[in-house]
Amino acid sequence: MIRVELPAHLRTLAGVSGEVTLDLRAEAPAVVTLGDALDALEARYPVLRGTIRDHRTGCRRAFVRFFACMQDLSHEPADFPLPEPVLAGSEPLLVIGAMAGG
Amino acid sequence: MTGVRVLVGTRKGAFVLTSDGTRKEWGVSGPHFAGWEIYHAKGSPADPDRLYVSQSTGWFGQQIQRSDDGGQSWQAVGNEFSYEGIPGTHQWYDGTPHPWEFARVWHLEPSLHDPDTVYAGVEDAALFRSVDGGQHWQELSGLRNHKTGSHWQPGAGGMCLHTILLDPTREGRIFAAISAAGTFRSDDSGESWRPVNKGLRSEGIPDPEAETGHCVHRIAMHPTRPDVLFMQKHWDVMRSDDAGENWHEVSGDLPTDFGFPISVHAHEPDTVYVVPITSDSLHFPPDGRLRVFRSRTGGNEWEPLTDGLPQQNCYVNVLRDAMDVDSLDDCGIYVGTTGGQVYASADSGETWSPIVRDLPAVLSVEVQTLS
Repeated sequence: MIRVELPAHLRTLAGVSGEVTLDLRAEAPAVVTLGDALDALEARYPVLRGTIRDHRTGCRRAFVRFFACMQDLSHEPADFPLPEPVLAGSEPLLVIGAMAGG
Repeated sequence: MTGVRVLVGTRKGAFVLTSDGTRKEWGVSGPHFAGWEIYHAKGSPADPDRLYVSQSTGWFGQQIQRSDDGGQSWQAVGNEFSYEGIPGTHQWYDGTPHPWEFARVWHLEPSLHDPDTVYAGVEDAALFRSVDGGQHWQELSGLRNHKTGSHWQPGAGGMCLHTILLDPTREGRIFAAISAAGTFRSDDSGESWRPVNKGLRSEGIPDPEAETGHCVHRIAMHPTRPDVLFMQKHWDVMRSDDAGENWHEVSGDLPTDFGFPISVHAHEPDTVYVVPITSDSLHFPPDGRLRVFRSRTGGNEWEPLTDGLPQQNCYVNVLRDAMDVDSLDDCGIYVGTTGGQVYASADSGETWSPIVRDLPAVLSVEVQTLS
């Protein structure tokens, strides 16, 4: 199970109040990537499609960032392997709405 | 028992204002979708409990929300707006080619007859249609692929398709207006389009006869006389008597002919309302006085309506989708401001009072008359 922490607006949209947990190892036991996690997140919560990644290109939206284990994963490719502590569930994958605007 | 439901889109959520036919006491619900920009919310003429809402932010993109119970509950429906084919380019502000990129839905126009059919006007300018209650969206690409499309340029607010008018008397006739391309008409349900801008004059356009390039802010029609159109252009209030084929200016004695919204009285096709704004560089009313102007002669002769509206130190704006009318016997007029007020008149504009005063900046006001 991995833990995903969503920004407030996406929690509201998905109808969840805390962290989201996803069972990724069962679906992709070899290497679990950032893209796998986002695919699983969108499969569980279809309303999030298009909110984190562009529908057409699959690219991260400009004002969304990904962090885990004190690392900025925002510019990593979709096939970037998730860090082991995220896979172990001891650290969450953070989806962050960039600080911008007023 | 008759009543009124006012759907208000703001910078930070949607609000639903309700009243009985007297329009004296109002209930306020919201914010719905708090924190999101609500560019537009509109109910289906065929089923007033069916509502559609455009919800977006720069962070998380576009959502479309639907209610089947008049706003008591909501369901997120389809949010994928993909241009058909390879989108190509339009012109950027500096005249260079710029790829067509979806930004947001500005306007939702439900079908007059089918609650599951709804049109969406988007930025970058294109028209989409859903026939399944908003679950899936298909571009009516004949508009964007018009031969002039690659020359369209954005206005200051982006290149948005902001007005969709459905002709209630001619099956398949649709008007769409784009800033800053102009007005377009389809007579075949949106398959093919042509510009209908003859007579518009826009400062700064090298060719005064230009087919497109006009910054149309809003167009309006009366449903019983759909060949007569009224337009608030960037500058100039215009009128067409032949479904957009030819336009002539009816700004007449307005204090300024810059503005955004324009509406037609529910029962008097020649009674028209505008909200003059000082200029394109000063987006507030002249002299700090919020005045709605009414013409009862189809334009040219205008009278200020001020009773109950702030007449000093008022520096708000009224955006293009932020004025609407109800169709009760004594027509109600509703105006939302960027200062967060929604003013209502229950007597065709003679007197006004605020329904709410302190909402976030109002982006849109749509009124449903309930029976």
